[in-house]
Amino acid sequence: MAYNKIEILVEKYFQGETSIAEEKELTNYFSSSDVAQHLEQYKPLFGYFSLAKEQKNTQEIPQFPKSRVKKSALAWFSVAASVVVLLGIGMYVYTNNDLVNENQKLGTYDDPQIAFRETQKALALLSGHVNTGIESVQLIQEYDNSKEKIFNQ
Amino acid sequence: MNQNEFVLLITPFRDKVFRLAKRLLISTEEAEDATQEVWVKLWNKNERLNGYGSVEAFAMTITKNYCLDQLKSKRAGIMSIAHSNFTDGAPSLQQKVEDRDSLDWVEKIINQLPEQQRLIIQMRDVEHYEFEEIAKVLEMNETAIRVALSRARKTIRESMTKTHNYGIQ
Repeated sequence: MAYNKIEILVEKYFQGETSIAEEKELTNYFSSSDVAQHLEQYKPLFGYFSLAKEQKNTQEIPQFPKSRVKKSALAWFSVAASVVVLLGIGMYVYTNNDLVNENQKLGTYDDPQIAFRETQKALALLSGHVNTGIESVQLIQEYDNSKEKIFNQ
Repeated sequence: MNQNEFVLLITPFRDKVFRLAKRLLISTEEAEDATQEVWVKLWNKNERLNGYGSVEAFAMTITKNYCLDQLKSKRAGIMSIAHSNFTDGAPSLQQKVEDRDSLDWVEKIINQLPEQQRLIIQMRDVEHYEFEEIAKVLEMNETAIRVALSRARKTIRESMTKTHNYGIQ
């Protein structure tokens, strides 16, 4: 190999202008057995870089905790729980309101025939009760009559 | 993404992250801790990882930031004591010992460089990243990286020449 070319490459290398390919070429050259005497000094440098690349990380990759995932899941659970509770309360209040409304609607009829009959029945009931009241009130009229007799003498 | 998919995702650059951490923190144990920390950070970003163009570049950025934080923290003083050498039980010839020694020297010299130059040397000369990728990880422009790289390489050359010629000149 032309020493000249290597020398140029080495110079470029120290200027920081070599490409990856050129650096590979240099590494190959310096790892070969015939290195020119005056370039011998760079041998350890490139030797070291190759050696440094051999280092391996032998430790085990740890078991990663899933805590993050769990945490967010828990957060969502609490959100879901609160939604359920709110819905429960909401539904309760809503249905209760409906009951009240239904109570207020009692006594209304869609069919006029039935409405008429029911009204008559209700009025008959009312007048019946009122009449029994009047009978006892007529007893009081007797007291009034006797009082008139006494005071008009 | 489950654990297995995550491990598959990080496998291609596992060692790169570790070596970058080791370059900055020097001690192997510290580098291992840092690497674990990086995986945890990545894992916590799990759902959003797909949003990043390159998970590898992202991981390298996390590593860089985490290690620099570590160095800035109080523990930095303790860490500089720990230093790993290339321990090798194999029988070594005189030449081999000398080679090892000069490789060791290179490491020592690199470890004396400023952190930024160490990062760049590690990413360029060891991991062979393109300048574009380094620029992304370090949040610098490419010219600045070239300049820093050239400076770092020249510093290494000078220190090596000094070491090799020690006592000769």
